[in-house]
Amino acid sequence: MTKKEWPLWEVFIRSKAGLNHKHVGSLRAADAHMAIENARDVYTRRSEGISIWVVESNNLVASDPSDADSLFEPADSKVYRHPTFYDVPDGISHM
Amino acid sequence: MRDINISELEQKFQAKIDNDVKIEPNDWMPEEYRQTLIRQISQHAHSEIVGMLPEGNWITRAPNLRRKAVLLAKVQDEAGHGLYLYSATETLGADREETIDDLHTGKAKYSSIFNYPTLTWADMGAIGWLVDGAAIMNQVPLCRCSYGPYARAMVRVCKEESFHQRQGFEIMAHLAQGTPEQKAMAQDALNRFWWPSLMMFGPSDADSKHTAQSVQWKIKRHTNDELRQQFVDVTVPQAALIGLTVPDKDLKFNEETGHYEFGEIDWTEFWEVVKGNGPCNKERVDARRKAKENGMWVREAANAFAAKRAARKSA
Amino acid sequence: MNSLFEYVLRLGDDSLILGHRLSEWCGHGPILEEDIAMTNISLDLVGQATSLLGYAGELEGKGRDADALAFLRFDREYKNVLLVEQPNGDFGMTMLRQFFFDSFRKPLFEKLQHSTDQHLAAIAEKSLKETKYHLKHSSEWVIRLGDGTEESNARIQESLNTLWRYTNELFFTDEVDNELVEKGIVPSLQEIQIEWNATVTAVLTEATLTIPTNNWKQEGGRKGLHSEHLGYILAELQYMQRAYPNMQW
Repeated sequence: MTKKEWPLWEVFIRSKAGLNHKHVGSLRAADAHMAIENARDVYTRRSEGISIWVVESNNLVASDPSDADSLFEPADSKVYRHPTFYDVPDGISHM
Repeated sequence: MRDINISELEQKFQAKIDNDVKIEPNDWMPEEYRQTLIRQISQHAHSEIVGMLPEGNWITRAPNLRRKAVLLAKVQDEAGHGLYLYSATETLGADREETIDDLHTGKAKYSSIFNYPTLTWADMGAIGWLVDGAAIMNQVPLCRCSYGPYARAMVRVCKEESFHQRQGFEIMAHLAQGTPEQKAMAQDALNRFWWPSLMMFGPSDADSKHTAQSVQWKIKRHTNDELRQQFVDVTVPQAALIGLTVPDKDLKFNEETGHYEFGEIDWTEFWEVVKGNGPCNKERVDARRKAKENGMWVREAANAFAAKRAARKSA
Repeated sequence: MNSLFEYVLRLGDDSLILGHRLSEWCGHGPILEEDIAMTNISLDLVGQATSLLGYAGELEGKGRDADALAFLRFDREYKNVLLVEQPNGDFGMTMLRQFFFDSFRKPLFEKLQHSTDQHLAAIAEKSLKETKYHLKHSSEWVIRLGDGTEESNARIQESLNTLWRYTNELFFTDEVDNELVEKGIVPSLQEIQIEWNATVTAVLTEATLTIPTNNWKQEGGRKGLHSEHLGYILAELQYMQRAYPNMQW
């Protein structure tokens, strides 16, 4: 028996020019055309967007939460990457 | 494999919740947490979808073009809300089709209010005002629920719901200030929907088996009785303002507590409706099942076409 | 006769009645996503009906607004084509009816947005954006269902055989059109028909469907002569206004 349910798609919306596309949710669609149209009808009914990306959920690769320690914590100790790490004498501007 | 035992995982999990760190789909979670969420979110989704039917019943009979457009947009929103919520259950590994099948077989429940019929146009007002009002009261705390996808879906839902209650109250206020026939229609709708609306908050705390654990997990933030009281406190003055009478002879304001005291809810009726004996249970579920069955060939065709299109592309 | 009034009324009635038909799907669609899509189209049509009938009321100058025209006329005074009042049937029938209609409306609004009548041009410009989307949606579905499974092909072919006889009426032309075409206010429907034929042939061919050879025209709607279906639509549509006359809602 063929699977009757349509594939799941993740939807990303750009809310206005200059902003990133942001994940807003998912939906079902048989193909990419339909996924875009469904995303338009489901997620932009109140003018929430000017551009849509859809990607089939199957094609999404995510990091493993159990690796979070080794992936992300090492960056925490590298405070020298942030401008506030450095002292600048009073009276200096444009820096 | 990490050398970590379950109770340690559970402690970490509860610590996250206690610190208001959201749980996300791939994070470890106790199986019971997952199941509780699937049950609660899918019940909520089913309520949105079944909830389309009593109001959909009046779309073709709306009294003017403005009301027709508003009602259509509102019922459409319910479909959207159902969809956001089914999406949230899918992040927990619950397949939408299977979730929906549970509704059709009667295994899954939905809000019992939608098993009451919509008999007049004023019912569109009563549903927006009371039913959506009660729903919002239930839903606003869920925007802070511990499970990320559910909380995010609820933020979107609550934002959209705010127009629903207003349009309902507007209909009621308009009728209450209209002709004697219109006022009678509004009062009759309030009479029929008041008690079922109070029942929407679920059984009283003494009889609610899920509350304690759900509160600990921050899936639920307030008890049923707390929310019900809050609803009565805000709604009674609204009714008075538009000159309608809440159908409860025991209703009185308690100066000391600052709350309204209200009469006993007919819990026998509540449980009967939940069990499937309400006036419209069968019609509602039949309508949803029929929609699914009648759409089967459409969904199959779209799949078949997508496969053909993909094959042609790669050829 | 006030030709422009009559013309705008016809356009408005098409939107009103098709919007009504589509709204019957709300809550019963084949999948949630499509339920939402159909409601969006229905909402666009109700919006168009509101603008068009509102303008028709102004043109008539007898104090009737959009609601008075939508809810308080008698059966024979509705001027929509028969196509839009046909029952929804299955989802394929609904999409095909929509496709025939959208393929007509798109080229029509493209021309009307340049009408010398400013008000009509403005309504057409707004409606065109909506209609382009409707056409995209409905034509994709006709193709999917036509070229989907054996069952879907058979079903939509049957709908095609049923609805085909109502398509010619879209190009019904009488003294109303002639007068306005001559004045340069509206396009000739013959032009529109050429485009319609091209769109319909292309899509039905891609959908692997067979265009019926029967070209018998069912018509009458433009003159207020309808099928039995309209009476039931009006019974629902007008119920509140008839049962509770002269009240505000």
